Amino acid sequence: MIEVGGLTVRFGGVTSLDDMSLTFEQGTCGLIGPNGAGKTTFFNVLSGFVRPAAGSVRAFGVDLLSMAHFRRARWGLRRTFQTEQAIEELSVFDNVAMVHEHSRQGGSRRGDVLDAIAFAGLDADPEASVRTLGAGQRRLVEVARAVVGRPRLVLLDEPAAGLPDEETSHLAEVIRRIPEHTGALAILVDHDMSLVSACCTTTAVLDFGKLIASGPTATVLRDDAVIRAYLGVA
Amino acid sequence: MSGTVRATLERASPARIARRPSRSQLIKASITTVLLLFAFFALPELLSLYYIDTMTQVAVYSMVTLALGLLVGRVGLVSLGQVAVLAIGAWSAARLLFATTQPYPLILLEAGLITMVAGVVIGLPALRLRGLYLALITLMLAGGITVVLATVNFPNGGHGFLGYNGSLLHIPPIRRPSIAASDPAYYRFSVIIAILMFVLVLAHIKTKPGRAWAAIRQSEPAALAAGINVWFYKLWAFALASFITGVAGGVLAGAVHYLYSIGFPTQDSITLLAVTLMGGVFSLWGAVVAGFLYQFLPALLNNWGVSADWLIILFGLGVLQVLTTAPAGLADQVPRDLARLGRFLRGKARRPSPSRGAS
Repeated sequence: MIEVGGLTVRFGGVTSLDDMSLTFEQGTCGLIGPNGAGKTTFFNVLSGFVRPAAGSVRAFGVDLLSMAHFRRARWGLRRTFQTEQAIEELSVFDNVAMVHEHSRQGGSRRGDVLDAIAFAGLDADPEASVRTLGAGQRRLVEVARAVVGRPRLVLLDEPAAGLPDEETSHLAEVIRRIPEHTGALAILVDHDMSLVSACCTTTAVLDFGKLIASGPTATVLRDDAVIRAYLGVA
Repeated sequence: MSGTVRATLERASPARIARRPSRSQLIKASITTVLLLFAFFALPELLSLYYIDTMTQVAVYSMVTLALGLLVGRVGLVSLGQVAVLAIGAWSAARLLFATTQPYPLILLEAGLITMVAGVVIGLPALRLRGLYLALITLMLAGGITVVLATVNFPNGGHGFLGYNGSLLHIPPIRRPSIAASDPAYYRFSVIIAILMFVLVLAHIKTKPGRAWAAIRQSEPAALAAGINVWFYKLWAFALASFITGVAGGVLAGAVHYLYSIGFPTQDSITLLAVTLMGGVFSLWGAVVAGFLYQFLPALLNNWGVSADWLIILFGLGVLQVLTTAPAGLADQVPRDLARLGRFLRGKARRPSPSRGAS
């Protein structure tokens, strides 16, 4: 469970997050909004890359903001990036092992890493260099990194960006199963509404840094304010 | 479980991940072993004393370029102060060799550790910077250290902390290990120390720190998100590079017998970076190639009566060539081009000539 209270982030004169308060209980939760709404900024606050001007973030009873950024991964925070960040120099196995050895661990390294690769459904040799993989496979390497060991909070930042429909539907299945497989709370940021609908039971919507809706995904996607934010007013 | 997932599980069975060496890895290991045996046993028998001394210098500077390649290629930190770090290692080893009767390998270890501490002290503030600014700061620090060394001088058997007595005559030589007093024996000793340093770096690259450095070099946010303490691992790289360069300085002290601050000019750090880039910063062989470029090539030109100053132009062109066509350096480019040439020649040999085909 994550509780965000009065979170405000400013970059100079721009308010990227404006007094944002929300609670995600469990499962896979969606966070949507038009470009520039503050979704990635919210993830960057959780990751410790951006320091908020005000507000609090409590995840599973822990004050996340008081933790050094690299310690958050050890605590159980994982994330993928909008621009995929699989480490090219390393093999698939080493990419996942790298996260495992610096973060909250479940069992043995080899067992955990192979389990994560298999869970992501990565159709590649674990010894293969990431450099030789296609875009979809590299996205799955990131997902495997996000679920290896015992994560508590998994942040997925537009994981399906640029993927063809077939790979997106496989990714949706993987994302949907993350909470059940790892016990973690997953937060998905994406523009693909079919992906969000397929994966998320709860969804929150940001617009210009403000939370404009939150609740069951189906209800939120029919909300007038949300439709206005996405499509504008006629 | 979907078919894809099952297939992946089967492929990822522990037996597969046991990482049995592939055929190409075995060939590489065999070539490395043959080359090392040749360098260790045959080379001292084949070469004149002039070239044996040159090869000792190649071993020393291969360690220096190994350390620099580690910083530049593995972590993405550009240091222009390596000659000063080498001088600290040489100074520490020389002081300890004059002051104590400890075995040489122990002195090397101590010189490496002292240099490591100095490198960490230099690295601490410098690590807040990156790219050109880090290069500039390390160059300025190297300049500062060179000035200090010119003032305090290298130990020459004197007393006190500095061990310098101002004498220019009857200076005792810096000792060598008793089992490696002759030039060929000291060359072999240098090769063993260099191999140990290469193994040390290899052990780092293939394990946890190597994975962390690879992540840091590609993307610091990704490294942080993976739980890697970026600051600590950068400092670790600085410490390891300083340790290796310090050990190299210790080997250099015994190789040359007499050390002078004029032998460590600040601008040599720039040439070192150039040859390290030319050799290749992503492979350990690159450091060996860089050692040859830095020490063997000038010795060869000198022997032929050609001024080694021409090399500055060659190195300039070499860096340009590396940056434009071969980012992984000669260690990567030459074997690749040779393999391509081999394929081309094989293809030409197999293809029947048009005249024969017509008949």
